[in-house]
Amino acid sequence: MKVLSRTADHLYWMARYIERAENMARVLDVTYNMSLVPNAAQSEAALWQPAVEIAGNTELFEKNYGEYTAANVIQYMSMDDANPSSIYNSLRSARENARAVRVAMSSETWENINTLWLEFSQFIGIRLVESGLSVFCDWVKSRSHLFRGVSFGTMLRDDAFRFVRLGTFIERADNTARLLDVKYHLLLPEGEEVGGAVDYYEWSAVLHSVSAFQAYQKVFSDTIVPWRVAELLVLRGDMPRSLLACYDEITIILGQLSGRQNNECRRLAGELHAKLRYARMRDIFQDGLHEFLEDFIVSNNKLGGEIQRTYLNVHGG
Amino acid sequence: MDTTLQTAFDEMQLPAGAVREIYSAYADWLRDVPHQQLESKRQEAELLFRRVGITFNVYGETAGAERLIPFDVIPRLLAAKEWKVLSDGAIQRVRALNMFLNDIYHNKDIIKAGIVPASILANSQYRPEMHGVDVPNGIYAHIAGVDIVRTSESQFYVLEDNLRTPSGVSYMLEDRKMMMRLFPELFRRYSIAPVEHYPQVLLNNLRAVAQPGVQEPTVVLLTPGAYNSAYFEHAFIAQQMGIELVEGQDLFVRNNAVYMRTTEGPKRVDVIYRRIDDDFLDPLSFRADSMLGVPGLLTVYRNGGVTLANAVGTGVADDKATYTYVPEMIRFYLGEEPILSNVPTYELSKEDDLKYVLDHLPELVVKEVQGSGGYGMLVGPSASKKEIEEFRLRILSNPANYIAQPTLALSTCPTLVEQGIAPRHVDLRPFVLSGKTVTLVPGALCRVALREGSLVVNSSQGGGTKDTWVLNDLGM
Repeated sequence: MKVLSRTADHLYWMARYIERAENMARVLDVTYNMSLVPNAAQSEAALWQPAVEIAGNTELFEKNYGEYTAANVIQYMSMDDANPSSIYNSLRSARENARAVRVAMSSETWENINTLWLEFSQFIGIRLVESGLSVFCDWVKSRSHLFRGVSFGTMLRDDAFRFVRLGTFIERADNTARLLDVKYHLLLPEGEEVGGAVDYYEWSAVLHSVSAFQAYQKVFSDTIVPWRVAELLVLRGDMPRSLLACYDEITIILGQLSGRQNNECRRLAGELHAKLRYARMRDIFQDGLHEFLEDFIVSNNKLGGEIQRTYLNVHGG
Repeated sequence: MDTTLQTAFDEMQLPAGAVREIYSAYADWLRDVPHQQLESKRQEAELLFRRVGITFNVYGETAGAERLIPFDVIPRLLAAKEWKVLSDGAIQRVRALNMFLNDIYHNKDIIKAGIVPASILANSQYRPEMHGVDVPNGIYAHIAGVDIVRTSESQFYVLEDNLRTPSGVSYMLEDRKMMMRLFPELFRRYSIAPVEHYPQVLLNNLRAVAQPGVQEPTVVLLTPGAYNSAYFEHAFIAQQMGIELVEGQDLFVRNNAVYMRTTEGPKRVDVIYRRIDDDFLDPLSFRADSMLGVPGLLTVYRNGGVTLANAVGTGVADDKATYTYVPEMIRFYLGEEPILSNVPTYELSKEDDLKYVLDHLPELVVKEVQGSGGYGMLVGPSASKKEIEEFRLRILSNPANYIAQPTLALSTCPTLVEQGIAPRHVDLRPFVLSGKTVTLVPGALCRVALREGSLVVNSSQGGGTKDTWVLNDLGM
């Protein structure tokens, strides 16, 4: 069933912003937990800088804060209204998008987002103390889970619903790729010995950040090694935050959208999907995981732009 | 304390202390409920309203600021026989007003008959663009919000007929839902006439006024957007009717038809329930700076390519200067005697009236002819000397811009306030729907002036709302 382009646009971005807030919370939470593990090799700055890099905004951070301290990064990523990707801005944008098209979603979904915002308003203006960070991040994550559950459980399976889902998976694919890329980069300095205790903690932190720690144990029943972490987060379709899992969903959704079939969106998504589906981790590592992820992020953005052009910003009918 | 509260007709309690029959069972119940319990119900309601997002924006406050309209947990009770008078009277007015609109945009019989002066055609709300345009079923005001006040057991007055884009119906529906949630036991005990079918009645009417020949008409609701003060209501009603909520940017005009932009391509629109004023509908015809409307919409409309509800140009009939002629319209078009009274009104464009009004300002209510929302009015009895003198100068600078009416002692209803339960002035806005037939659901927006002694019920001026119960019997 068709939906107004403007409505689809708001729904798509609402879902993207909620997903983004969740991922920011995941990164913050895991970084904080890592900072609790004694690690002489890494300075506070080395630990916290990647968190800001994942959001892709180091310049702005350095201009406004200077030093990568725990307190600075936590403030910047959670509550800073100058940071477009902060949890504050993501949730605010999610709610504004939702409010503009509250009719297009089930009332349960709308009330869920509105309540999220009302609850969040209590945090505004408060500087999060470190001890409160985990509670805050858990709250963001559980609110995001709730959003997905409510929309999945109550919305009619029409195009409105599909654009909500599309937003979720495009954003998630982007976030997972960034997370892995930044971590991989930093965790595998050349010549470093792989398999030490520090490595174990850091790679397990990556897994925790995408709720994949238990899945890893189940799938591999083995010590944590980087290429398997990468395999899990890139190529395993059964891992719900992996790139392949996101593209399994994206290609299905694009196929279900009524009208405008066989468009450039479907071609781009199909191409990326095939790449993820038939790639071998061995080959990816040979050419460089970093290059692979960088390519992926660019292609994923390109698809996002094409979706925007094809469905969401339609002018002149 | 303002004297109006002591002299006004109270709908629950008579001066001697006796309870009016319609309230007898409810008054018993109310007496036994601890104040604290009502207060906690009130807080529960506020929480729920906030969660659902039943909020409005106040002009002049910080952009995006959202406020709740205070909700009173004590309902207003009306007997079925009282309702019948109001309902018949409101329907009668709206029928006459639609005939009047059709007339002044066509033959102008009422002017030829000398009942309404030709000067009405110079009114800024008269739209020459509508002259000779036929609208489906001859209906102009598909939705009318008739404001009614009461001053005694049997005396009701119509204050104004809102025929442009009347708002408030979402409060009728949401207040009812809230009351059923807060006090289910009362709904079991009383036989309260339901109002929940309003959106269905409205949708059926809107579908009925599509241009002849349109099968399965597509109806949309056109809103100015999320920052409009009534946005919640627009979203709510669209959702209840299952129609698209569109903004001007979602619509475009092509080949004498209106389309909306969808993810599947253009989709034809047949009926637009618009909640945008005439001036903003079409930048090519009206205000060129309007970003809210649809360029070319008026041309399509005049050629019969789309139906607008309400029609363009209804403002000339709910103008405060036209108001005085409504009883005559009822006699002229329907051959009936008006069921509901008009408030005696002084037109300040008339010399005698102006003189009288300037001599009696402390007793009168003075309103701008085209004002709404409680802005730009003087309530003589509660105004200071200074305010009265300032208003006098404003009147003198442009007398024709004002009308005046005696201050009515609006009836009061028991209302939960900080100190407990106290009488507060109320009004009533039932919504009359015209399409296939002219009907209304048995309920209304009831506004209550929460400030002690205040007669101004507008939400922008500190007013709240109450649920209105039309009781089919007197309960147990």
